[in-house]
Amino acid sequence: MERVKKIKSGDVRTASRLIRNLEDGMDEARAMMKHIFPLTGHSHVIGITGSPGAGKSTLVDGLVESFRKKDKTVGVLAVDPTSPFTGGAILGDRIRMQRHAEDPGVFVRSLATRGALGGLAKAVGDAIHIMDVMGKDIVLVETVGTGQQEVDIINHSHTVIVVLIPGMGDEIQAIKAGILEIADIFVINKADREGSSKLRREIMAMLDMAPASAFPAGWRPPILKCDNAFEPVGFTKSLEEMSQTIENHYQHLVKHDLLGSRVHRKAAMELNEAIRCSVLDPVLSALAANGELERMVEQLMKKDTDPYTLAEEIARRYLKTAP
Amino acid sequence: MGEKKIRVMVAKPGLDGHDRGARVLSRCFRDAGFEVIYTGCHQTPEQIASAAIQEDVDVVGLSCLSGAHRYLFPAVAKLLKEQGAGDITVVGGGIIPEQDFKLLYDAGLKAIFVPGATLDGIVDWFKTNIKPRD
Amino acid sequence: MYFAKEVLDSSSEMRRKWEDEVKKVIAKSADQKPRWSTVSDLEIKRLYTPEDIKDMDFARDIGYPNQFPFIRGNQPTGYRGKFWTFRMFSGMGDAKTTNERWHMLLKEGQTGLSTAFDFPTLMGYDSDSPKARGECGKCGVAIDTLEDFMQLVDGIPMDKVTTSMTINPPATALWAMYCAAADLRGIPLSKIGGTIQNDMLKEFIAQKTLMCPPDPSVKLISDTVEFGAKHVPRWNTISISGYHIREAGATAVQELAFTLRDGMEYVEDVIRRKGLAVDEFAPRLSFFFNSHSDFFEEIAKLRAARRIWAKAMRDRYKAKDERSWWMRFHTQTAGCSLTAQQPYNNVVRTATQALAAVLGGTQSLHTNSLDEVLCLPSDHAVQIALRTQQIIAEETGAANTIDPLAGSYFVEALTNEMEEKAWEYIHKIDEMGGMVAAIEKGFPQLEISDAAYLFQRQIDSGEKIMIGINKYVSDEATPIPLIEIDDAVETQQVERLQAVRRKRDNKAVKKCLDDIKTACKKGENVMPYCIDAVKSLASVQEICDVYREVYGEYRDPGLY
Repeated sequence: MERVKKIKSGDVRTASRLIRNLEDGMDEARAMMKHIFPLTGHSHVIGITGSPGAGKSTLVDGLVESFRKKDKTVGVLAVDPTSPFTGGAILGDRIRMQRHAEDPGVFVRSLATRGALGGLAKAVGDAIHIMDVMGKDIVLVETVGTGQQEVDIINHSHTVIVVLIPGMGDEIQAIKAGILEIADIFVINKADREGSSKLRREIMAMLDMAPASAFPAGWRPPILKCDNAFEPVGFTKSLEEMSQTIENHYQHLVKHDLLGSRVHRKAAMELNEAIRCSVLDPVLSALAANGELERMVEQLMKKDTDPYTLAEEIARRYLKTAP
Repeated sequence: MGEKKIRVMVAKPGLDGHDRGARVLSRCFRDAGFEVIYTGCHQTPEQIASAAIQEDVDVVGLSCLSGAHRYLFPAVAKLLKEQGAGDITVVGGGIIPEQDFKLLYDAGLKAIFVPGATLDGIVDWFKTNIKPRD
Repeated sequence: MYFAKEVLDSSSEMRRKWEDEVKKVIAKSADQKPRWSTVSDLEIKRLYTPEDIKDMDFARDIGYPNQFPFIRGNQPTGYRGKFWTFRMFSGMGDAKTTNERWHMLLKEGQTGLSTAFDFPTLMGYDSDSPKARGECGKCGVAIDTLEDFMQLVDGIPMDKVTTSMTINPPATALWAMYCAAADLRGIPLSKIGGTIQNDMLKEFIAQKTLMCPPDPSVKLISDTVEFGAKHVPRWNTISISGYHIREAGATAVQELAFTLRDGMEYVEDVIRRKGLAVDEFAPRLSFFFNSHSDFFEEIAKLRAARRIWAKAMRDRYKAKDERSWWMRFHTQTAGCSLTAQQPYNNVVRTATQALAAVLGGTQSLHTNSLDEVLCLPSDHAVQIALRTQQIIAEETGAANTIDPLAGSYFVEALTNEMEEKAWEYIHKIDEMGGMVAAIEKGFPQLEISDAAYLFQRQIDSGEKIMIGINKYVSDEATPIPLIEIDDAVETQQVERLQAVRRKRDNKAVKKCLDDIKTACKKGENVMPYCIDAVKSLASVQEICDVYREVYGEYRDPGLY
C-alpha cells in the first residue's frame, strides 16, 4: 500500500496516475479504491455547472485564487466532453487555470466524458476521493450542466453552484431540470451584460414556486452577480463574495446537521455507480464478447421477440433473485 | 471494459503567441482519438512540466516559433526528469533550424517537427511511438 | 448600369453557345479537378463576363483616383509621383546591430524603416525578466530603456525618414521613446513621421501579444490617437492590421472584414472616449494587409478594402474630410505561404505576392526574405527581397498606370463578392455589440480556427497545393546560410540594463511611474507622462507593470 501512503502525503504523480487508471477502467485501480475510500471525509466538495460559454472555468480560476488567499489547498476536476465521432477530446478548461500550475497547493486535473455508457460520474467520484485523501481542503468539480451524467456528477458535491449568463435566450430552460433543483447558489456571470436583471427575476420567480421544503433548514439559494472578468477590481470582489457564500453554505450544512444528508446523497450515488460497474458492465461485456448481444439485436429487428422478454431472460440467468 | 487513451499535452512555452500550429494540431489530435490538454500561450517551462504531471499525459508537444526553443525545450525536459516524470515523452515543433536538432535530441526530445510536416505524418508518429502505458 | 442592354443580351446568347461547348469537352475529358477555388476556398467560375458585373455603376462603384469610393486609391498621379515606400521589416540582436542593418538598407535604396522588436519588448518585459529567458534579441531588437533607443536611431535622419514600429501592448512606451529621442536630438515632434502598429484588437483575435484586457487596451490606443492628433501630426498612431489575422489562418474575406471592423471599433472608441470629431483623427489611421498567394483574390481584397472604408467613413461615421475616407495601407507578403523545403522557391512566391500588392495599389511594402521561414533573414536574402520590389517598380511596368485591372469582369466581380461577404461579417459583429464584445465571445478567433484547420486538411488531402510540401517534393536538402543570434546577446543586454538601473536617479523614475499610475486611474492621457518616464530612463517593463497593476493582466483564453 505504498501508493496509498504516497497519495496521503499528497504525491501528485501517483494520484494522477491512479485517476487515469480509473478512467481507463483498470481492475487494479478499482481495487485500490477500497483502501482509499475509508480515508475520505476531509474535503469540502463544490460542484460548478452551467451552460457552455457561461464562464465557469474563469470563475473556478478566480475561486482557486480566493481560497488560496485563505490558505486552503485546492483540487480541481474539470470535465469536458469527448467527441462522439472520434473518441478524442480537447480538454480546454485548464487553460484558464494555468497560472496556478506552479502552486503546490493546487492540483488541476482534466477529465473527458468518454463513452456514454455511464461510469463517468464514478470516475469523477473516485477522483474526488483521491483529492480528498491527498488532503485538499476544497475540491472544485466543473462540468457542463446539460445532461444526466452531469447531474450525477454534481450529486457528488456538498455545495452546488449553477452559473448562468444573461442574454442567451431561454437560459433557465437550457439547464437540465435536475440541476436547478439541487442548486445551492446561483451565480449570474458577466452581470454587466444586458438582460441581467431579467435573468435574476426569472430565477427568483422559479424559486418562489418551490415549496418551503425545497430549502433545507431555510437555505434559499442566494443569487450572486459576478462582474465581467475583464474588470479585475469588480471581478475579484465578486469572487470574494462567492467564496464567502460557499463557506456560509458549508457552515449552514454543518450547523443544521445537513452535511449528513449531502453525504447520504453522495453515498447513494456512489453505490448506484459501483453496482452498475460491478453488475451491469460485466454482463454487457460478456454478452458482447460471445456475440450474444448482436444475435439478440438481430432477433429484435426481425421482431422475433421483444427487449423486455430478453432482459428478463438475462436477469434470470445472472441474478439469483430475479423474478 | 474501459479503454486506454493516449493523453497529449500541447504547450506553447515562451512569449511567442503564434498559436496557429498548436491549435490546428490540438484539433487534429482530438480527431485522431487522443485526449488533448492545451495550455494556451505564454507558458513557462515550470508551468508546463507541472501541468504535464498533474494531467498524467503520455507526451508533451512543445510549439515555439520565436527562436527561444534552444532554451525552452530542454528546460521542460529537464524539469520533467527532475520531478520523476522522465517517462513522459517530449517532442517539439516550430521554426527550428536543423543545426539545433542535436542540441534538442541531446536534451531528451524524441522528435522535432518543422514547417511542412503533415498532420497525418505527425499523428502517425504519435501512434507508432507513444504507447499508452501498461 | 455598366453595360447597355444589347451587350448583355448578346453576351447571354454567346454564353449559352460556349456552355454547350464546355459540356461537350468535359464529357470527353474531365477537368483536372472538380472544384476550382481561391487559397481561401472561395469558389471561382470558369469564365467571367459582362453579366457578372451587370449591376455595377461606373461612377458609383469605380470612378476615378482620389474620388469616392476611392477604389482606385487616393493618389491622383498614381505611382508616377513616387513609388510605394520600400519598407523592410528588420531588427535583431541589440540596438547597435539593428542600427547597422538599417544603415545598410537605406544605402541600398530602402525608403522607410520598419522595426522588429524581440518578444520580451513586444510583451512589455525587460531583458532581465525571468519570462524573457532565451528570447532576448532572437526575433527582433531588444529595447529596454531610452539608452537602447538612442543607439537604435543613431545617425538616422528622424526628420526625413519615416519609421514604422511593430509594437502593440507597450506602444505608448516605445512611441514615447521615439518622441523623446527626437526631442533630445532637437527635432520637433511636428517634423517626425512614422507608424506604430498599436492595434490590440488583432492581438486578441490572432497574434496573442497580450497584456491588459480589451477595454483598457483600447483606452491606451485612444490616448495615442489623441496625442498624435494634437502634437505629432505626421504620425500614424494605429496600423490596423489584417496581416496577423491572415497568418493565423483566416481567409481573405475574414482578414478584410475583421480588420475593417477593428478599424471601426477604434473610430467609435476615440469619438466616445475622447470626444474628438471623426475628421480630427481619422486621416491618420492606417492599415496593414497581407498579400497571400492567390493573385486575384489579393488584388480584389485590397480594392474592396478601400471601397468599404470610404463608404463606412462617409456614411457610417459622417466624416466630411476626404482624407478621412482614404484608406492608406502597408502590405507584407505572406510569411505563412513560404516553405522551408526548396527555400529558393520563396523568392518566386514573394515576387508574385508583391506584384499583387502593387496592382492592388499598396502605399508601402515589405517583401519577405527567402529564409524567413527558417530564421531571421540574412543580409543577402534581405537584399534579394528588396531587389524584388525594385524590379517590380522599375522593370515590369506594373506601376505605369493606376489600378490597371479595373474593369476586368473577373476582378470587379471578385471585388464585389468580397465586399459583400465582408459586410455580412461586419453586420454580424455589429449585432454582437461590436468587436470587443465579439472577441469576448470568441467569435473571430473561432472563425479563424475553423478556416486554419480546413486549410491544413486541404493541404493534407492534396486539394490545395503547396509546391515542395505536397507536390513536387524533393528529398534533396537545399542548404542555405542561416544567421544565428548569439546567446551572449542576452547576457550583454541584461548587463547594459542593470548598469542603467544603477546610474539613473531612481527616485525620479519612481515619481514618473507614479504619475503614469495616477493618469491611468484618472483616465487621463498617459502619453506626456510616458515621455517624461522614458527620459528618466524608466524601462519598458516598468511602464507596462503600471498598466498591469491598474488594469489587470489578460491571459490567453486559448480558444481552439
